[in-house]
Amino acid sequence: MNGIPIEHILFVSTALFFIGMYGLFTRRNMITMLMAIELILNSVNINFVVFNKYLYPDKLDGIFFTIFIITIAAAEAAVAIAIIINLYRSHQSIDVEDAAEMKY
Amino acid sequence: MSYASYIPLIPLLPLAGFLLLSFFGKKQFKSLSGIIGTGFLFVAAVLSVYAAYQYFFVDGKVDGIYRSVTVVKYSWLQFSEGLSIDMGVVLDPISAMMLVVVTVVSLMVHIFSIGYMKGEERYSTYFAYLGLFTFSMLGLVVSTNIFQMYMFWELVGVSSYLLISFYFQKPSAVAASKKAFIVTRFADLGFLIGILILGVQGGTLDFTELLQLLTDTQSPQYLAITAASFMGISLLSWALVLVFIGGAGKSAMLPLHIWLPDAMEGPTPVSALIHAATMVVAGVYLVARLFPLFSLDEAVLNLVTWVGATSAIFAAIIACTQTDIKRVLAYSTMSQIGYMMFALGVSGQGGEAGLGYTASMFHLFTHAFFKSLLFLGAGAVIHLVHGNDMKDMGGLRKYMPVTHITFLIACLAIAGVPPFAGFFSKEEILLAAFESNKAIYVIALMTSAITAFYMFRLYFSIFWNKETALHHYHGEGPLSMKLPLVILSAGALLAGLIPFSHYVTSDGKLLETHLHLGFSVAPVLLAIGGIALAFILYKKQNKMPDKIAASLGGLYKSAYHKFYIDEAYLFITKKIIFNLIAKPAAWIDKNIVDGTMNGIAAVTGKTSEIIKGVQSGKVQNYAIYFFGGIVTLAVVFLYLWN
Amino acid sequence: MTITQIIFYLLSAIILGAAILSVTTRKIFRSAIWLLLSLVGIAGLYFWLAVEFIAAVQIVVYVGGIVVLIIFSIFLTQQSGLEMKKAPPKRTIASLLAVASGFALTYNLIYHYGFKTGDGKFDMELDRIGTQMLNTGKDGFALPFEVVSILLLAAMIGCIVIATKTKPETT
Repeated sequence: MNGIPIEHILFVSTALFFIGMYGLFTRRNMITMLMAIELILNSVNINFVVFNKYLYPDKLDGIFFTIFIITIAAAEAAVAIAIIINLYRSHQSIDVEDAAEMKY
Repeated sequence: MSYASYIPLIPLLPLAGFLLLSFFGKKQFKSLSGIIGTGFLFVAAVLSVYAAYQYFFVDGKVDGIYRSVTVVKYSWLQFSEGLSIDMGVVLDPISAMMLVVVTVVSLMVHIFSIGYMKGEERYSTYFAYLGLFTFSMLGLVVSTNIFQMYMFWELVGVSSYLLISFYFQKPSAVAASKKAFIVTRFADLGFLIGILILGVQGGTLDFTELLQLLTDTQSPQYLAITAASFMGISLLSWALVLVFIGGAGKSAMLPLHIWLPDAMEGPTPVSALIHAATMVVAGVYLVARLFPLFSLDEAVLNLVTWVGATSAIFAAIIACTQTDIKRVLAYSTMSQIGYMMFALGVSGQGGEAGLGYTASMFHLFTHAFFKSLLFLGAGAVIHLVHGNDMKDMGGLRKYMPVTHITFLIACLAIAGVPPFAGFFSKEEILLAAFESNKAIYVIALMTSAITAFYMFRLYFSIFWNKETALHHYHGEGPLSMKLPLVILSAGALLAGLIPFSHYVTSDGKLLETHLHLGFSVAPVLLAIGGIALAFILYKKQNKMPDKIAASLGGLYKSAYHKFYIDEAYLFITKKIIFNLIAKPAAWIDKNIVDGTMNGIAAVTGKTSEIIKGVQSGKVQNYAIYFFGGIVTLAVVFLYLWN
Repeated sequence: MTITQIIFYLLSAIILGAAILSVTTRKIFRSAIWLLLSLVGIAGLYFWLAVEFIAAVQIVVYVGGIVVLIIFSIFLTQQSGLEMKKAPPKRTIASLLAVASGFALTYNLIYHYGFKTGDGKFDMELDRIGTQMLNTGKDGFALPFEVVSILLLAAMIGCIVIATKTKPETT
């Protein structure tokens, strides 16, 4: 469709996924980790839409998945922010290295 | 045999007494414990006497031979087709006799203890232990299976340990009970190995079957056991020697006798029960039970004879020098058991040759009466004087007439003066010895002379000699302490008149024995000579004993110190075993075994210190490990796994 | 090279570039803005793929809701102008390695799979979405719809509970 083979679009989504993972591993600030998670979720969304459009054009399942994922991502982001705020109140910092109490 | 069904009750009654008193005695029964324990024993004694009466006079004889009747047998541990440990009750001449002896003497001790132990804080515990001991001893004598006998053997050892250390606040009592238990346990190792050899070679542990198989010189078991040999001695001899070692330990034969004098730390009625009439004869009983086997091996019988004879004369010499009255009686017991042992040793199997067997069992029977009487009398004396040493006693005949007369009867019996019981049984032993081995006969004669001497030395030192003043004299003692003395003295008087050889013989058939008056002249004269010597030296206080002791010098000193055998044992254990074996073993245990364990623990600890850094608490590290692991696994499974 | 292809590559460049900048920049507020740009790029991709509804939902929920929420939380928890600390270099290298190998593996799989495009024309009518969403029969998404609404309720309540300040004890 549109002259772009499916693999190219999947390249975009895969790269976005792994950029998000890199951000998850590397960032010290919890909010930036949350932002990286959002990137990951978005890459999944692109995947669903593309598969639906290219491989199963007569069905709409991918669209629905995408809608639900966006909804749930919103809920999850809200809960995550609430947790971060709670953690900020007890540790006075949102650095993940400062919340390393569950260790040996 | 209808009476047979209640015979298993006889050991179980004292057991019931033990359980009842140990659980409820302290709180509920308290001073009733004595009556309760005695009550159980009384019923058991009545049952035993009735069973013996039925066996010997009514039912036991089949075709003129007293048969062994297995009353009950219950297979407990089955190892293989023929080999199993059974629990059973057997009734044959020696077990019936022992049932009567054990229950009657135990009953007398119980009655005596009601008065002797009155006011004792652990009164109910004492009677519980007595019940346990009686149960164990009764179980031992009615065992059908040699392993069952071994189990009751050990139970008897435990009960005696508990009873010797009854006054456990005294360190000497604790040491004595430990010594008794350890020495007998050490001897029991030999017994166990002997049992194993017999069981493996004979293919069975049951007494009747074992004796049947191994005395039949044509049976495969007999041929196997005599063919196999270890260090040049046949396996049969090894088994018998080892079993005899076990018996020698329990019966305080030389050199395993060291525990018996120390065991006098227990209460005196306990000594009367255990160290006079019942436990110490268990070794003799064992040899008698296995006698058909022993009679096959001349060399082992020789060993039995010489061990018995040397123990007899050795103990007699030491008894002449001791001043503690209980120790004198302990050595006297050792000496008399030596008599029983060598009587078995010189005996043959069957018919006239089996005279030694009958004589030994007869002496066991009569000895039970007069020895327990002697101990109970000594108990009455100790109860009055509150001391054991004969140097502090004297002239007590005025204060305790009943004890005096019964003690005199017992001393006359043990010295072998007719018509008291000891005369008849000793005469038969001497006859058996004379017919087999003249050397043993001479030793036996000398021992009986020395026996008469030291027993009357004891008698005169307590009841005559010097006059002692007693501070508080409340009378001789309660009825419960006098009654057993009287009953037992009746036994000491009359037991000799029983024609024992009609009932107990090596093969069950009747044996006619006669009184050889000419033969009895020598021992009776020697006995009277010994009594006269003691009369001269001890009836009135004088310097002669000390002068004689001084003139005998070194011999007297070493006899007084029991020939330094205890010191020799102590030397061996301390210098040799402890230093050469125990210390290195302890070093190995502490450093090598423990060190290995500690080393393993330390290594584990160090390793965990090193790898605990993985658990850093940093979420992102976890995420990287997680993801890296997934990628690696995916690569492995997709591309490298074929 | 048709114009659609050029637009696609441009959009991809925006998406990926903004994403990379978002995860590497040291200033937190800028990271949020790059994220915003990336999400807008993704919305543009949806427009290019002719799924306009999803694009609209993306802009309304993600950009207008979530990024705004993130920016609020940045303001609530720290000075937005400060520089953030860097990650230790060991971790940077390790994660680069992990990510690179993961990407290589995944794209290798995708590239060699051989997707077969389906036949038919993709027709995304909005009323079709609506009826299928609330359809209780075959191919209906009524159940997930209800479940998601319960999830949203739970998330709302949860957020309120977690973020509530505990009242100090009255003595």
